[in-house]
Parts: sequence; C-alpha cells; structure tokens
Amino acid sequence: MLSRHRGILPWLLLGPGLAWLLLFFLIPLYFMGRVSLVEGSLLAGFEFTWRFENYIEAISTYQTQLVRSLVYAAAATGLAFLIGYPLAYAIAFRGGRWRTALLLVVVLPFFTTYLVRTLAWQTILDDASPAVALLQTVGLVPEGGRVLATTTAVVAGITYNFLPFMILPLYAALERLDGRMLEAAHDLYGNRRAVLWRVTLPLTAPGIVAGSLLTFIPAAGDFINAELLGTPRQYMIGNVIQSRYLELTDYPTAAALSFTLMALILVLVLVWARVAGTESLMGSSEP
Amino acid sequence: MSATGTSEARPAPKPLRASALVRAGRWLLHQSLNAYAGLALLYLMTPIAIVIAFSFNDTRSRFNFVWQGFTFAHWREPFAVPGLVSAMSTSVQIAVLSTIVATALGTLMALALVRYSFRGRAPTNFFIFLPLATPEVVLGAALLSLFLSVGFATGFWTILIAHVMFNISFVVVTVRSRLIGFDRSLEEAAQDLGATGLQTFRLVTLPLIAPGVLAAALLAFALSVDDFVITNFNAGSTVTFPLYIWGAARVSIPPQVNVMATLIFLVTLALMIATVAQGRRAERTAAVRPGS
Repeated sequence: MLSRHRGILPWLLLGPGLAWLLLFFLIPLYFMGRVSLVEGSLLAGFEFTWRFENYIEAISTYQTQLVRSLVYAAAATGLAFLIGYPLAYAIAFRGGRWRTALLLVVVLPFFTTYLVRTLAWQTILDDASPAVALLQTVGLVPEGGRVLATTTAVVAGITYNFLPFMILPLYAALERLDGRMLEAAHDLYGNRRAVLWRVTLPLTAPGIVAGSLLTFIPAAGDFINAELLGTPRQYMIGNVIQSRYLELTDYPTAAALSFTLMALILVLVLVWARVAGTESLMGSSEP
Repeated sequence: MSATGTSEARPAPKPLRASALVRAGRWLLHQSLNAYAGLALLYLMTPIAIVIAFSFNDTRSRFNFVWQGFTFAHWREPFAVPGLVSAMSTSVQIAVLSTIVATALGTLMALALVRYSFRGRAPTNFFIFLPLATPEVVLGAALLSLFLSVGFATGFWTILIAHVMFNISFVVVTVRSRLIGFDRSLEEAAQDLGATGLQTFRLVTLPLIAPGVLAAALLAFALSVDDFVITNFNAGSTVTFPLYIWGAARVSIPPQVNVMATLIFLVTLALMIATVAQGRRAERTAAVRPGS
C-alpha cells in the first residue's frame, strides 16, 4: 500500500513547484535562446534566422567586460575567503555560547537593502570621507588619490556584498569538523601549520567549494557595484546585459551575452564540482 | 607522516625560557586571530552603522553623502516622500504574496525530496539547484524574453511571478536542511494511534517542521524586498523600493530612504531573533523525546 503511494505521491508534492520553475525558469531560457539567434532591430522587427553571428559579435565586442567580470569575481571570492575563513574559524571554535549571535552579525548586511548598503559604501569611500583621509595618511592611498570610482572600490563592494555567502558554508563545514581529528593530528606531532594545511583545510573543502561558488556566481553577474562605486571603465558584463536589454533594446546581443555568461559559470561550477564532489553543493542525497 | 612536524614538536628537553617564549608566541597568535575576526565583524557592520546614522543626517543637498548634523526630522515624517511610500507599499505587497506562494510550493517540494526515494530525485535536486547557480541578470533577462515573446505586459504580476520563481529554490534548500534530521517514527506513532494522513501532517509533521518553514519564509521575504536585478527587468512601469532607490541614485536621494532601510533592518532583525528563539524552543521540545 505504502510503496504504491510512493510512486505518485512525491510527484504530487513536487508538481506545483516544478511547474512554476519549468514555466518561469526553464521555458524563459528557451525563449532567450531564440532571442539570441534573431536578426533585425526593435523598429525593423526581429526575425528568427539561427543567427549565430550574434554570439561572435557580442563576445568580440564585449570580451573586455566578460574577462573583467570573471577577474573581479575571482578577486572578490579570494578576498572573501581570506576575510571569511579566519572569521568562521574563530566563531566555530571560540564563539562558545555567542556563536548564534555572532552568526547573526555575519548575516546582518543582508537585512539592509542591497542598494542602500552599496550607497553606504559610496559615503564611506567618498573623497571627503574620513576613511579615505585615514588611508591617505597611512599611505595606502596616494595624497589626493581617490578610492571611489576605482577598481579597488568595485572589488571591495562586491566582496562586501557577497561575504556572508562565503562565511555561512565555511562556518557550517568548520562546525561539523570533528575535534578528535584535530587532536589526533596534534598527537601525531603535527605542528599548527601542518594541521591547518593537511587536516583542517582538506576536511572543510566542501564548505570552501560551496562558499566560493555562492560568492563567485552572483559576483560574476553583478553590475550594481560597478555602477555605483565605479565608472564605465569598471563596467562588468552585467552592466552591458542590462543596458543592452533595457535601455538600447538590443535584445539579441543581451541574450547572447547572458548565455555566454551562464555557460562560463556552468563550466566553472562543473570543474569545481568535479574537484570536490557535488554532494556539498546540492545537499546530501541521503536523508 | 609529516616530516616537518616531527622536528618541531619533539624537542623534549628544552630550556624553560624558550618554552615561555613559544607560549608567548602562541598567545599572540591566538589573540591575533581574535583581533582579525573582530576587524572582519567591524567591516561587516560599518555600512549598516552608516545607513542608520545617515537617517539622522541633517542634509540640505540633494544627496545624503556628507554628514551635516543630527536631526530627527526625517524620522518624524518618514512618509513625506509620496513616491517612496508607494514604492515601499508595492514592495511589501509583492514580498508578502511571493513569500506565501514560494513557501507553500517549496515546502511541499522539500518534503517530497527528503522523505521519499524515487526515480528522478537526483535530476530534480539538480534542477532546483540550477536557478541558484544562475546569475540574477540572466534570470531577469530570460524571464523578460518570455514575456516579450508571448506579448505579456510587465508590471506588478510579472514581478510577483519572478519573485516566486527565485524564492522557490531558496525555500527548498532551507526547509530541506531542517528536515534531514527529522524523526519519522513520530509520524508512524501518530498513524499507529489512528490518525489519518492529513491529521498526521497537521498535528505532527507541520509543528515539527514549522521552525524550518518559518526560517524559509523569512528568507524569502527578505530576498523579495531586497531584489533589484530581476525586478528591474520585469517591472514595466511598476516601482518597488529598490527600483525607487536606483532611480533616485542619479537624481537625488531623500534621507527617508535611510529611514525606510533602517526600519526594514530593525523589523528583519526582530523577526530573525524571534525565529532563532523559536527554533531553540522547538529543539528543546524535541530533545525531551524519550530515546533520543
């Protein structure tokens, strides 16, 4: 009786949600695929002609922005790891009864609106701000030099905005770490560095992979930081896609670039997944 | 195994002074991690402090970037900017509706994925994961391609459709992570005692998964109120809170934006703390269970 139910019941539960994703995630991708292969313009009318040149033209015109997006995203992911790992480690092993509260602090940025907190960075990095004056005094920024409207500001903004995505999986992995493993490593005369490199980091690899993907993917598609903290010289592929689509009604180019970005990211995800196994990404398949 | 470790960790007869030095070094290392973590937390909180502080800024210019003096004026009339108020109200309506729909659909999916093993479960898991692995700008552009292709006018309803879409996967992931430790023997006990399937769900399953569902709903609400990128593609002429800020960022930003952002921050924080407290209570209740 129960086993016969099992055949249909899960699909009944999955049905409505899957239908929504099918209709408004998968089918739109199909339509965007069609849009990426049309020729013409909004005024003259678009015609579907399998025009693959759209991809070649889009990629060759905007390869700077494509590469820049991946470079900025990689830099931001690396920085987020360098900031996030020690913090997650400290919370997991030294947080004690404050762990939940400290984790709450980590996700606090998400409680303020994305655009508002990026505008706050505009305030912090403004030419007249005390923070920039301090950086100039210390010598990190040349006298009269700017921080706002530079690559540094954009990468810093991206790092900040996606940092919690890095910290949470790292924390989850570190918290699950079996303390006995570390004791065993120390008992076997591993010094601190050896334990970190050969035990702690490898055992938390799933968290590192998940965290870096959760940071890298939205970072590569971001355009808000480049728009608000940078100049057109820092524009990323997201800036191009949204202006081609929404301001210039150049749908084919925007659609082709979207697929190119998605393909680049999927390739990177698959490579990462191969490196560390897919389990950590999509949750355990065994309940 | 480690050859490097052996030489350093086995210096049994060592002068006392050196070991004191080593201990001092370790203490410094220990403290430096704490200091580093403290700085990282400060980094995370600084912009939030700025947002809140500048809601009290007595700004006279069109922008709110330079501190001019303290005032309660913007808090006394938070609704003084009509465009901002209607944008906020649209955002809240969409957030409430999309949270309800996405939480309902996503919870059912999470239940199916955790409790049953069936052919096609792995591909389904992968399919649900895909929207999370897609940049927002691509999701937004794709959805607009659909609406343009079929000639569906963008506006309130298309924003709602989009928000439900990107929230479903987040809900599934959140609820599923809470369901994995779920004890099915409680449901079996209820059925042994004569409860029907629906009664079991309502009286046993639902109360047990409630903290996870609540957390997912909170996440969905926060994501919806916050979303700019996907909304920007599918909004038509409808203006939500983030879209209002985007438009204002080039012209003039009223300080009431900071007041609203602070209000959102405080409300979400309060809800989050309540959810964490509720989850703890549920855990304590579960811990009383015999045999566990």
